[in-house]
Amino acid sequence: MLQVKLFAQARQLAGSTQIELPWSDGQNVSRLKTELGQRCPALVPLIPSLLVAINNVYAANEAEIRCSDEVACFPPVSGG
Amino acid sequence: MILLTSAPIDYHALTESVRSPASGAVVLFLGTVRELTAGRRTVALDYEGYPQMAEAELAKLESQARSRWPIDRVAIVHRLGRLELGEISVAIAVSSPHRKQAFEAGQFLIDELKVSVPIWKQENWDDGTTEWVHPGNDGTPATESTASNDSTDSTKTTE
Repeated sequence: MLQVKLFAQARQLAGSTQIELPWSDGQNVSRLKTELGQRCPALVPLIPSLLVAINNVYAANEAEIRCSDEVACFPPVSGG
Repeated sequence: MILLTSAPIDYHALTESVRSPASGAVVLFLGTVRELTAGRRTVALDYEGYPQMAEAELAKLESQARSRWPIDRVAIVHRLGRLELGEISVAIAVSSPHRKQAFEAGQFLIDELKVSVPIWKQENWDDGTTEWVHPGNDGTPATESTASNDSTDSTKTTE
């Protein structure tokens, strides 16, 4: 299983700060987005712009994720 | 010094923390909660962050700035939680031997902060509605008009 942290609008739409997904080591960020959308349809509109971080670093769609990684998903940032 | 905090930002102490005899210039940028955005009235902004990653991203920005300008000291503090009108959401202080470097580095830091640091804000409008400010996710361009605290527009924000 993979624990995925959610922030801002992603957190709000999912209704949770964290979501748990069935996962196999080596699946990539694209797969994560697909799984998230299936698990939580409310997140689907956000997925095209969704950002993913693995261990506190931004990750591209091709990046592989292991169950032991700290994974976070969130919309484009708006600090300042 | 890099910090995310729920406490009000002491920008005087922050400014003092970057002063040194090596520096002839100190630049301070403050982002504050602005009342009007495209004709709509803001009551408050709620800030949320991913603190561990936000601090890591800010540290990267500081390194990038140091590789481009001869910076002496840098201090960046971003506030989280609910901020009322006029409150300070972000403060960046930079010192360097000469003013041009300090201005340029300060501008770089706030511009990049708004692009890469995982912090988000939600508008609380005076009609009781709320709205996440997420540049680009709702078809609106990432311009000043979508953000009510507007660090991208320092003249409006700080004057």
